[in-house]
Amino acid sequence: MTGYTFAYLDETTKRMIRRAILKGIAVPGYQVPFASREMPMPYGWGTGGVQVTAACLTPEDRLKVIDQGADDTTNAVSIRKFFERTAGVATTTRTAEATLIQTRHRIPEEPLTEAQILVYQVPIPEPLRFLEPRESETRRMHALEEYGLMHVKLYEDIARHGAIATAYAYPVRVEGRYMMDPSPIPKFDNPKLSQNAAIQLFGAGREQRIYALPPYTDVVSLDFEDHPFEPTRAEHACALCGACDSYLDEVLTDDDGGRMFVCSDTDFCTRRRDDGHPGRRGTDPTT
Amino acid sequence: MIRPGPSAEGTAPLLGVAGLTRHYGTRIGCADVSFDLWPGEVLGIVGESGSGKSTLLGCVAGHLAADAGRILYRGRDTATMTEPERRRLARTEWAFVHQNPRDGLRMGVSAGGNVGERLMAVGARHYGAIRAEAADWLARVEIAAGRIDDRPRQFSGGMQQRLQIARNLVTAPRLVFMDEPTGGLDVSVQARLLDLIRGLVRDMALSVVIVTHDLAVVRLLADRLLVMKDGRVIEAGLTDQVLDDPQEPYTQVLVSSVLQV
Repeated sequence: MTGYTFAYLDETTKRMIRRAILKGIAVPGYQVPFASREMPMPYGWGTGGVQVTAACLTPEDRLKVIDQGADDTTNAVSIRKFFERTAGVATTTRTAEATLIQTRHRIPEEPLTEAQILVYQVPIPEPLRFLEPRESETRRMHALEEYGLMHVKLYEDIARHGAIATAYAYPVRVEGRYMMDPSPIPKFDNPKLSQNAAIQLFGAGREQRIYALPPYTDVVSLDFEDHPFEPTRAEHACALCGACDSYLDEVLTDDDGGRMFVCSDTDFCTRRRDDGHPGRRGTDPTT
Repeated sequence: MIRPGPSAEGTAPLLGVAGLTRHYGTRIGCADVSFDLWPGEVLGIVGESGSGKSTLLGCVAGHLAADAGRILYRGRDTATMTEPERRRLARTEWAFVHQNPRDGLRMGVSAGGNVGERLMAVGARHYGAIRAEAADWLARVEIAAGRIDDRPRQFSGGMQQRLQIARNLVTAPRLVFMDEPTGGLDVSVQARLLDLIRGLVRDMALSVVIVTHDLAVVRLLADRLLVMKDGRVIEAGLTDQVLDDPQEPYTQVLVSSVLQV
């Protein structure tokens, strides 16, 4: 595509973003401010993730974009097409083949490798924001490691619901230091944050923050000694591929209360069906 | 009320304030205030609105920066402490009871969570233990056990103030700052609250700096008194001595202004 530099952003901007990424990797979990640019999409649609992706892409990369685990939803399709046009990079839907994966709200089921980068879209990077509205105060709390307030929230959960009801954007502690919001991934995915072989980068466009987890970083989900962290998933097998260990979406199938549970990771589900693992409904989602 | 004198508690003051001054632009907030607070002692600061008593309390408690003067806590200058040290003090050994419970409570968090916050801030990570401690403290401030999961905004003013006290005392602080703790409460509720504070001060051997314009409150609670006017301390002494035999004309006016029933 003519009239644009490679991957839409100008080289100076990409250099600025790379500096922020490097700083983020040097200080795992720390939110690095960066001069977020206007992107040709609305805030909340992944402007932070797109800028991080643009700064990381090379012409040799193969890009995969997922939205809630799926390759074929609006957000994923439009971002993938955006980079096909502005960077001319190859794209794929296969997790194993991708060198860079931009994701909204999921971590792929298939384990990632050291050759891969996972870029998260983050709406609210500050895990303490809903407890403490002042940015000046939350920064001070991070600086001084004053994280008792987050446990007050978990305490309230247990007092009101009998268990920690936070199901997504479940707060984590990185390398025993920074409290981090893992973006709105389900807490089922939280264990995959820890000791992951891939580089994990988080971009928040509207909030102008970038943070990162270098490979093999220790990430611990917060909990109480007598109410330990539990990753949860629907107690079903995938209706299409029969998987019992993947994160499931509930899909309504008719107006009479009919429903089925299917893998939210479409690539994972497709691979399993191709390998001959039929679910309760067979392998064809249309039947 | 029998209280051990300074000599029984040790020879060093818990808190030493010297020459404390704070200006608001060209106006004086408080000027050249000095006092010592001994372990187990209750110091009352009285004066009319605008006399600088809240400014003084704010400076001593570290909420406001002083322009001049020194504050020594257990022999250490608070100005030379690092911010983490100061903030750790503020949530362990110090406590601050605000006049308006809204300033001192998290109104959207349950009573149990409010009391448990300081415990969690110093590292408590066992839900059952935190809850038991919170329940124990609610009982000590006469809040029914069944209200532990209610939010403070569902509480009456007196209950909110008692909850604020429980939230502050749960980590067993040594030094408590109180800013008009009975302000805005009706007299019968005020009396019960004063009773409660008096009991807690005695049982926990608290050192207290209490700011109020209500002379009856300091008569009940304070061992010693500072009288402030226009930002300066104009009279100081034992509470009964100051109230029964005021020396300064202003103090005489203040004492004689109390309505007799």
